Amino acid sequence: MLEVTCLSAWYGEAQVLTDVSLAVHEGEVATLVGRNGAGKTTLLRCVMGLHRSLEGQLRLDERDLDRLSPNARARAGIGWVPDDRGIYASLTVEENLTLPPVVSADRAWPVEQIYEAFPALADRRASMGTQLSGGEQQMLAMARVLRMGSSLLLLDEPSEGLAPVIVQRIGEIIRQITDHGVGVLLVEQNVTFAATVADRHYLLAQGRVVEQLDNAQFQAREHELLEHLGI
Amino acid sequence: MSAFIQYTLQGLAAGGFYALAALGLAVIFGVLGVVNFAHGACYMLGAVVSAVLLDVVGLHFWPALVIVPILMFLFGVLLERVFVQWLLRLDVLYNFLLTFGIALVLVDLVKRRYGVSGLPYEQPAGLRGQLHLGSLSLPTYQVFVFAFSMLVCVLVWLLLTRTRIGMIVRASTEEPERTRALGINVNRWVTPVFGFGIGLAGLAGVLAAPFRAITADMGGNFVIILFAVVVIGGLGSVLGAVVAGFLVGLVEAYGQAYASSFSQIAIFVLMALVILVRPAGLFGRQETA
Repeated sequence: MLEVTCLSAWYGEAQVLTDVSLAVHEGEVATLVGRNGAGKTTLLRCVMGLHRSLEGQLRLDERDLDRLSPNARARAGIGWVPDDRGIYASLTVEENLTLPPVVSADRAWPVEQIYEAFPALADRRASMGTQLSGGEQQMLAMARVLRMGSSLLLLDEPSEGLAPVIVQRIGEIIRQITDHGVGVLLVEQNVTFAATVADRHYLLAQGRVVEQLDNAQFQAREHELLEHLGI
Repeated sequence: MSAFIQYTLQGLAAGGFYALAALGLAVIFGVLGVVNFAHGACYMLGAVVSAVLLDVVGLHFWPALVIVPILMFLFGVLLERVFVQWLLRLDVLYNFLLTFGIALVLVDLVKRRYGVSGLPYEQPAGLRGQLHLGSLSLPTYQVFVFAFSMLVCVLVWLLLTRTRIGMIVRASTEEPERTRALGINVNRWVTPVFGFGIGLAGLAGVLAAPFRAITADMGGNFVIILFAVVVIGGLGSVLGAVVAGFLVGLVEAYGQAYASSFSQIAIFVLMALVILVRPAGLFGRQETA
């Protein structure tokens, strides 16, 4: 589904990604694990088309993404949950939810289904976006891409700063949507959470993929990885 | 007391011009990230076009109130397509040079054609004279300007808060990049929003025509105060533009009434105080500062 080939990216003179190659398949969760500053968020921004200083190839379902604008990529099925959650302060919860277009009617969650899955959002649908707690904002950011019906989700630390119950809930939702063929590229520092939802893991260090592990290998080395990552 | 009420009304009427024009400036800045220094010239053009249409084809105030903003909208669309769209990829310095240059060209073109002495414009039928409310007597036209500009501000507010277009404009204003990444073609809204902002400046110009001297230079002082308005309200904030527009109108009117030599300074003292206490303006978000 998503194929990243030999991706290098720069901020000005500084190279932040070097020859990164990875793939996410349908119905699969792949994680990017690495320290702060390893280039994880930059990689997601490259896929979304928001970071333009890059070389290499990005393909979604055999289709070249290079020439597509960010909004065309979103319409092609990429759903982004940014690390700052990206909730609009000047929009209500419901407006935040219904702002983006539905990109696939088959896959898109109707608003009622979203409110069923996230009752906290239903209660606060008329509140302004930033009146939500951090956890509610994270749920809203997830809910927003579910409503779009994206086929590939880019999740940037969805568990960060959330109560364990909510993290668990997000894990369940990720499994539920991947059962329907959605692919997920998950940036995560919470190694334990990553191990509960992911199929494969890419370890990113100083802008390079240093190792690729399946989930069994990953779980077996969890402690070592925790130490290595310093998290 | 009745003098005070008259000054207040005068301030609210002037505030109406500022609020409408600042509203246009705010939506343009919000969606395009362009600070339009030609906004005062567009306000002037609205007034001049009204006067010329009255003179040449006998178009009266009431139809002009509809037609001139539409013409100014089209003029804005043209400006955006021909010039402004190229700014979006360039350094902000070009923003200043281009829009300031457009203002100079417009002002000089009007001067060349219509001179500097000012164009005549009668107070429209039905809005002449005084309105008597008990012991108070207020200039009808000023009451109209205040009420009408409030109405337009409320309509724009409803457009922004109750429609899908408004939702997209608010989202793009707040975070254009993220809005693109959510599948919204922000660029599609750039041209109409610019035209809309210019249309509002033109509308302020039509309203000013029966009330102010119509000269090529009428936008010069106006645009300076307009920038004080958007700084006080918070650049990019729609509500801020409206509230600060009326506030500045009031400060100006009270200044002229009670301390005429300080009336212009008072606006900038207010601006300085607002910046000291809230650097992003009354309704601005911190990151826009």
